[in-house]
Parts: sequence; structure tokens; C-alpha cells
Amino acid sequence: MPQGDYIERSIKENGRRLDYEERKRKKAAREVHKHSQKAQKTLGIKGKMIAKKNYAEKAQMKRTLAMHEESTSRRKADDNVQEGAVPAYLLDRENTARAKILSNTIKQKRKEKAGKWDVPLPKVRPVAEDEMFKVVRTGKRKTKQWKRMVTKATFVGPGFTRKPPKYERFIRPTGLRFTKAHVTHPELKCTFNLEIIGVKKNPNGPMYTSLGVITKGSIIEVNVSELGLVTPAGKVVWGKYAQVTNNPENDGCINAVLLV
Amino acid sequence: MEIDTDTAVEKRVIINNVMCLLTDPDGAPLGAPMYLPQNIGPQQLQLIVNQLLRNEEKLPYAFYISDEELLVPLETYLQKHKVSVEKALPIVCQPQAVFRIRPVSRCSATISGHGEAVLSVAFSPDGRQLASGSGDTTVRFWDLGTQTPMYTCTGHKNWVLCIEWSPDGKYLVSGSKSGELICWDPKTGKQSGNALIGHKKWITGISWEPVHLNAPCRRFVSASKDGDARIWDVSLKKCIVLSGHTLAVTCVKWGGDGVIYTGSQDCTIKVWETTQGKLIRELKGHAHWVNSLALSTEYVLRTGAFDHTGKHYSSAEEMQKVALERYKAMRGNAPERLVSGSDDFTMFLWEPFVDKHHKTRMTGHQQLVNHVYFSPDGQWIASASFDKSVKIWNGTTGKFVTAFRGHVGPVYRISWSADSRLLLSGSKDSTLKVWDIRTRKLKQDLPGHADEVFSVDWSPDGEKVASGGKDKVLKLWMG
Repeated sequence: MPQGDYIERSIKENGRRLDYEERKRKKAAREVHKHSQKAQKTLGIKGKMIAKKNYAEKAQMKRTLAMHEESTSRRKADDNVQEGAVPAYLLDRENTARAKILSNTIKQKRKEKAGKWDVPLPKVRPVAEDEMFKVVRTGKRKTKQWKRMVTKATFVGPGFTRKPPKYERFIRPTGLRFTKAHVTHPELKCTFNLEIIGVKKNPNGPMYTSLGVITKGSIIEVNVSELGLVTPAGKVVWGKYAQVTNNPENDGCINAVLLV
Repeated sequence: MEIDTDTAVEKRVIINNVMCLLTDPDGAPLGAPMYLPQNIGPQQLQLIVNQLLRNEEKLPYAFYISDEELLVPLETYLQKHKVSVEKALPIVCQPQAVFRIRPVSRCSATISGHGEAVLSVAFSPDGRQLASGSGDTTVRFWDLGTQTPMYTCTGHKNWVLCIEWSPDGKYLVSGSKSGELICWDPKTGKQSGNALIGHKKWITGISWEPVHLNAPCRRFVSASKDGDARIWDVSLKKCIVLSGHTLAVTCVKWGGDGVIYTGSQDCTIKVWETTQGKLIRELKGHAHWVNSLALSTEYVLRTGAFDHTGKHYSSAEEMQKVALERYKAMRGNAPERLVSGSDDFTMFLWEPFVDKHHKTRMTGHQQLVNHVYFSPDGQWIASASFDKSVKIWNGTTGKFVTAFRGHVGPVYRISWSADSRLLLSGSKDSTLKVWDIRTRKLKQDLPGHADEVFSVDWSPDGEKVASGGKDKVLKLWMG
């Protein structure tokens, strides 16, 4: 029989000490003082552990007391007045996120003139010419090497017609031509699939800008009429700039961030 | 010898006659059918009608032949439409407002003061005072003469969602998101009495009892998200609960015949009587939430005894009498009409006292209808929808007339000018637009707000327009 069972058996047969209840009560009462003594006297890591445990218990006790107190007294404090007040007809509706109104067209125009941009990606890795172009050999003996094929994503525009093949120096393959970009609004954090209107600037040089090459970091102009933005003067905004954030030739799509 | 070439070739201009029957908007003929020369235009027709009706002052009329306005001489119209001259041609004569409101074109003042978005603006029925409720829990009164703030009234615990002036202009009641209503005295800016508590959720709409039923104005009804509407008596501080809706009550209107109409998210409209709060009728038909209600006599009920002449009355009985006259003149013999706009993209035109089925179903919107409003003369219904358009419908038959497109964001609220010739719309795209009903085109574009426009109101005297929105400023526009 296990040890405790003998003890239990003897308690059942012979009963307990006559002052058992009193001793038990007094011992429990002394526990508090013993605990306090231990907490004060213990040194080192053990003391720290005891102190930590005591603090946690104290905080918990305070919390429960505060909770109890709250329910007894009447709620005088109001439900917090939230921000973003909407009228009654919009209260039960989830408002789909909408783009903020343009701040100042004059500021933008000034920035455009200066050519300075407050862009999300200020520095990009420069792309070398041999990475950008692939040499295409032509001619009967394939000795002429004046043609180049662009290996990066390009945008050509809707009215684009190739130069006569005999004379075109830069070949922009149709497989790498894009018309739409996935543009993310930085504040709303939602992405729209918008049409590209044109390539404004490619950081690698003005030649690439004129060719319409889109690499990481280039600024493109996108058609934002579906966002429904209106300037303070009342005009509808339909074109905004965005900066490309991925390498389109690797991914097969253009991801950009709207410049607001 | 002089041959007397007196016999100049007389160019015989043959003027044909047309048999016409002039009727008033209800269909009753103004006189017997008569022969009218074909070269008469709207001006001459006006003279004839004024004579027929023996009007002392010459009132302006607009003429409609089969719902199309007559702007050219009869001859041109007949040729264009190839109408047979064998039958009498019915011409409907619609009386127009005697006064003409100038369209607003510029922002005369931008008054800031509110700490949060302005959720509702309202002019008093006489057009002399302006009040606005906002998300910063205050109601503010504005001085129209100097265009500056007058009183700031605190007392609400949460956003002030709706404000409503009493038709005699003595009180303003405001309802908040925490379900309480407070009555303010516009002259001192102080609260009159304690806050009226009873609703458990936010207030969605407030409507006062018309002046011609009871003057001075004491009772009003408030609708709340918790599904019931309450009729409050300001002086007795009592309330009658109209419970019956299972979901939120979105709009409430006190009709001119002494019944209350409530529209709710449970797709029904209930008609209640006002002494004990019993349900009289239930109008079913919508497939989704009922967003907005409008009555054909709403404008007259809102302005009470005040009209464009700007007369003020000293005693309550006088006000009641004048208001009753105006109401009777407006209503005529036709029963009161009610139009409801819903989330199911359609609107219904009801005649609640005649039939419990709807009279017309007005479809055409491609998104939910947020606000419907009868024109002050009851001739047109305007509806603002989230599909960026405002549509105009015939006020008696509910037939579609025209759509106004121009906004690039959902249209939130609309407001008519007091002569029913101009319509104002405020939208999420931060612009307000004034539309002309006669030419059916955009009259004026009012940009200037920096953010969404939540509420617009045209003063009953037609001088000013007030608009407020998310950019926390109140803009006053003038002609």
C-alpha cells in the first residue's frame, strides 16, 4: 500500500488530534508572515524570483478590485467618442477606402519643373548598357552589329508604329511591352490595375526615357480616373505619377507606388 | 397713267387653328376646348390661362404636352411631333413659383469652428438662422449676417447625427450617436430642459409635427437604430413608443394628415397614428433597406407659415391658420404621395391613403438610392444615388424624366431651391453641383470643399446655401 494510504487509514481508524483544527488554522495564519519573512530575507536569484511572483499577484489583485468597483458604481464615463465621424446614412455601411483629395497642384507643377521628386525609392541600382540591350547581328554574313534589342520591359503607347525594319536601331519586342501597371496607393494600402499613359523618367538616362523602357525606379504616369479624385478647383484628376518598385522583366508585371 | 399698284401681292399667311384643351395638373379642364391659332407660344398661352382663371395678378405657368415642356410656338411643336389636329390637344398648365431663385455661384464664406466632420446642416424655416451638428459632439449656431459663429452648444456625449428645426422656428432638436435628444433654444443657445433619453442606439432621423396640426410646436418623432420610433412631447416630457420594426428605423416623416411614416432596414414602411402610436398600415415591396422617405408636401410642412415673402407672425394661432392655408393650397384634392428610396436600387411611389400597394416602381439607378426629395411644388422627385447620378422623376406619375450626370463620386444629399427650378447635390467627390430643371443641364459647379460633403441645405428664402462635410468647415454659398 502506498505511504499516504497508511496515513489515511490511520486517520480513518483513529481520527485526528484533538487540537488539529486549531493548529491548522493557526499554521495557515502564520503562513502569511512566513511568506513575508522569506521574501524579505532571501537573497540572490531566488529572492528576485519571489519578488517577481509577488508583483504579478499584486497587479492581478488590483485589477480584479478595479473591475469589481466598476460594476457597482453607475457608468458615468461615456463610450469614447471615436474619430472619423460619419452621418447616419453612412453608419451601417463599410466605407470602401477612397483616395484622399489632391493637396496642391501648384506644388506638383513646381516639382515637375525642378525635376526633383520626393520618391519612395530615391536610389536604384544603375543598369548597364550591355544588360539593357542585346546585340542583334544582321546582314548576310551576320557581321553587322548596329541593331539592339531591349531586354527590359517597355511601354510604347497606343499610336505606336514601328520604323521600317531596315532602319530601326532599337527593337522593342512585343512580349516585353506592357500597358497596365499594378499601382498601390501608399496611404490606403490598396492596389489598382491602372493603364499607363507614358514613361516620365527612367533613372538610367534620357535615352531610355525616350525609348519607353521601364526598370525599377522609373517614374510612369498612370490613368487614375477610376479613383474619382477631384482637385480643389473642381477639376477631375485623371493622370498621376507612380514609381515602379519591382523588376518587370523578371516578374512579368509592373508594380508601382502612387506618388501623392 | 399710273397703275395703282396698290394691289400689292398679299402674301396670304395661312394661320391654321388647333383645337386645344387646357387642363390643370390634376387633369381637370380649365375651360371648354377652344380653337387656338398655331403661332402662339408659351407667353400667349400664359395670358389666356390667367384670363381663364381670372387671376388678379399674372401668375407664371409652364405648359406640358404629354410630359414634354412646350417652349416653342405650337406650330413648331406640332410639326416636330406630327400630332393629329383632329382630336383636341390636351395642354397641362403647371403653375410655377411667382418668385425666382438665383443660382448660387460662389462661396461667400468658409467658417471653421467644428473640431470634427460636420454631419448635418439646417436652415431655420424662415431662413434667418443656421445650425449645424458635428462629430465633435457640439451643435453650433451661425450668424448669417456676419457669417461667423454665434453659439456653441455642448451637451451631447457622442457625435451629433441629426438636427431638425421646429416649423415655427422656436426650437432645434438634435439627436446623437448615444441615443439622446436635446432641445435647444436658438435665441440663447442654451439647452431647454433635460436631455431626452429613451433610445438605446443612435438616432437616425427626426421629424416635427406640422404647425397646422398643432401650434406652438411641441411634438416630434425620432427614429433610431434600435428599431423603434418615439413621439416626444417637449413640454410634457412624455414619449410614446412606436415599436414594430424588427431592424433599424432609417428615416421618419410626420405627414400633413397627422400620420407618421417610418422606413426601416427590414424593407417595410409602416404608417402610424399619432395619438396612441398604433400601426395603421404596413407598406411592403422593397427588397432591401429603405434608406430615405419623402412626402409631396414636405417642403410646406418644413417651412410652416413662412414663405418667400418673409412675413413673421406674432401669435401661434395666426401661424397655424396661415400654415393650414398653405398646406391646403399645396395639397389640393390629391392624396398625399410618399416616395421611398432603397438599397435595392429602386424607389416606390405610394399613395398611402388610397392603396397599400405601391403606385409606381421607379427603376433606373445602378447603385443604392441614398436620398429622395420632392420638389417644393410637388411636381418633381429627385433621387441621389451612389452610382454618381441624380435622377428626376415626375412627381405625380413617377415616370422618369432625366438623369443628371457629372459627379465622380457617390451623391450623398440633395436640396431643392424654394421655387423648384434649381436642384443642388452634394457628393463624396467634394463638389456641389446646381442643376437647372427647365434646361435639364448643369447650371453651376461648386468646388471648394477639401473632402467629402456630408450635408447640404438651401435656405427657404433662396438666398444662401450651406454645406458641411468631412473637412470640418461650413461653407456658405451665395448667388
